[in-house]
Amino acid sequence: MKTDFLQISNGEAIGREKIPHLSFDNFYRNALSIIRVGGKVVHYFAFSDKGKIKLMAVLRKDTLKVASCDAPDVYPSMTSQCEPFHMFEREIAEQYAIRPEGHPWLKMVRYHANFLNRQDVFGNDYTRDIPGNFDYYAVEGQEVHEVAVGPVHAGVIEPGHFRFNCIGERVLNLEIQLGYQHRGVEKMLPGVAPKRLPVIVEGIAGDTAVGYGLCMSQAVEALSSLQADPGAQIIRTIALELERIANHVGDLGALSGDVAFLPPANYFGRMRGDFLNMTLLICGNRFGKGLVRPGGTRFALTEEIRKALNERISELTPQVKHVINLLLTNSSVQSRFDDCGAVTKADAEKLGLVGPAGRACGLPYDVRRCFPTGHYGQLNIPENAKPTGDVHARATVRGEEILQSLEIITTLLSAPVKTRSIENRKLSLAPSSFVVTLNEAWRGELSHCILTDADGAILRYKVKDPSFHNWNGLSMALRDTEISDFPLNNKSFNLSYCGVDL
Amino acid sequence: MFNILKNRLDQGYRTTGYPNEKINLPSSYRGRPRINRHAPAEVIAECAAACPQDAIDISGKLIDMGRCVFCGTCEHISKGEFISFTQDFEISVSEKKHLLTDGGLPALAEHSKQHFKKLFGRSLQLRQVSAGGCNACEADLNVLATPFFDLARFGINFVASPRHADGIVVTGPVSKNMKTALLKTFEATASPKVVIAVGSCALTGGPFRGSPEIAEGLDSILPVDLFIPGCPPHPLTNLHALLTFFK
Repeated sequence: MKTDFLQISNGEAIGREKIPHLSFDNFYRNALSIIRVGGKVVHYFAFSDKGKIKLMAVLRKDTLKVASCDAPDVYPSMTSQCEPFHMFEREIAEQYAIRPEGHPWLKMVRYHANFLNRQDVFGNDYTRDIPGNFDYYAVEGQEVHEVAVGPVHAGVIEPGHFRFNCIGERVLNLEIQLGYQHRGVEKMLPGVAPKRLPVIVEGIAGDTAVGYGLCMSQAVEALSSLQADPGAQIIRTIALELERIANHVGDLGALSGDVAFLPPANYFGRMRGDFLNMTLLICGNRFGKGLVRPGGTRFALTEEIRKALNERISELTPQVKHVINLLLTNSSVQSRFDDCGAVTKADAEKLGLVGPAGRACGLPYDVRRCFPTGHYGQLNIPENAKPTGDVHARATVRGEEILQSLEIITTLLSAPVKTRSIENRKLSLAPSSFVVTLNEAWRGELSHCILTDADGAILRYKVKDPSFHNWNGLSMALRDTEISDFPLNNKSFNLSYCGVDL
Repeated sequence: MFNILKNRLDQGYRTTGYPNEKINLPSSYRGRPRINRHAPAEVIAECAAACPQDAIDISGKLIDMGRCVFCGTCEHISKGEFISFTQDFEISVSEKKHLLTDGGLPALAEHSKQHFKKLFGRSLQLRQVSAGGCNACEADLNVLATPFFDLARFGINFVASPRHADGIVVTGPVSKNMKTALLKTFEATASPKVVIAVGSCALTGGPFRGSPEIAEGLDSILPVDLFIPGCPPHPLTNLHALLTFFK
């Protein structure tokens, strides 16, 4: 019997028989030892195979590693020894009724019945449609008070519940409870008609439609004979970078609004639309829905469109630079952003923060540089980690990424892009196989994992949004911060509710 | 201060003249579908089979704009022979049955209720509720507050509390876990009130239809006055619907 994890590559399919199926003790010991020396959890999930429940973990350090084991009904929680497993163990408990004994905060992630109709780990009655009606982390004391916010918030945003324990204005603890957006995606994906797969995946988180489409398409390509040509890879890269710019620009605008500095709030708001309109020019949808499909892209980049994009980018680049400068050099903005909601590097490591939120805490990890796929292998993605971990660092990282992405797009648009537009193809996936794909979406490491059965049907489709790691970063940022700074911190992370709720 | 003034000059005036001036969206945009009823039966069948949303009614030669996510698959594979998408973004309807269309749509202004215009024509305050939405519909409603669309100049605003609102705008397939919160928000809104369903998910469940965790159409839960199709609807589709139905 094998005793160690197997090294794998991003977006490369392997036969499931090659994945080391360890004894639970070996699995447990090895997983913990990889994470203890700085490794991170990419996936840790359960699945059902011929009536047997198994656990699988994909971990990363300098390389990606995978192993599986038979799932016990109860096991000693890994989280109690190693924090990055926290959310994953709760998810497994909710989906497959496997109890991690001694988990420090064993609570449902999304509030739904488990996939196996087993007895619920949390003792919930799911016929009652009142999620949120359960215990929260509480702080006791005469002067301690609680503030409950959501699920319906004041703005035009997604629903989630925030429970603050405060003493005066100071936040002692913030607990974030999601699940309101749960649409049953992971349960649905293995059974749906293949033609529906891309549309569902793009709808998991619409602000990251290109990232989601890309993760799914690369996974399907690895499991089939489909391949995206170099031109399609370039269009995908342009679209993913446009998505990054549009979201970062929008968030910088929201941050300006939250500190009541209205000129950049309005300018960023308008320019965000200009970037979304560039995506519309390419594929007819402002969010890039319908663009990326297994085998390439559904729309080619004509010379006419390339010329129009070039003109818009060169017109917008100086405007964006000026407004970022206007925001970040203003002294009253600086006094609000500096030292606000700081997360230390040590905490960020333990929580496993990814993307701009992680880079703002000094963790340089970027999938585009560490595990590049598609055209990213040919690009030079610079490191932009910042040491302070506060709102200012998160805003600066995003500002820098906007300028980097503009440069990438300018380079890619400098020469004609040739590709053949493709339509949805009949999918024929390799049987008994496994693939994991990672992409640096605008919020960080987005990853999909597909397992197929002996007939080539999807046995398990696992989705992990970067926000799954980062929501606890927001909780950490609020510790000892004034409650009035919550909106500012929330915007600086701008995490996905639907991406987590699935 | 100088930096602020310089940027102000740099940015210029950006607000659209719509609805007084016409806006032409790029040819890549897919709006109101146009249907060729004389297309060969096998082409229609091929489009219906390929449609990821099963939005095509073969026998009636119709398309269900409530289900449709405007991906353009049918246009691609039939090379426009059966369905082609025009750049017309004015596609909202006040009755669900009108979403099933041969390409023609009733004029929204004529179908809007006169008492709505009288009540809300000068001031309309809306509360948005995302009930399982993917944040695309939400984002393209939010964008109406930016200088290009500047919704407030029409007396229409999104407000923070249902108590301040004349109606709710719902996005998403109404996940089970949001149903109670949605109903409570609706109840908290003072009567008379309007309900607006935005996006394929709120209209029919969208990409998630078939999942036991959602409702297939907001109209199965609340009385809906205005249906805005799209995945997500273009901000101009939203703007047109609000202006035409209430002004």
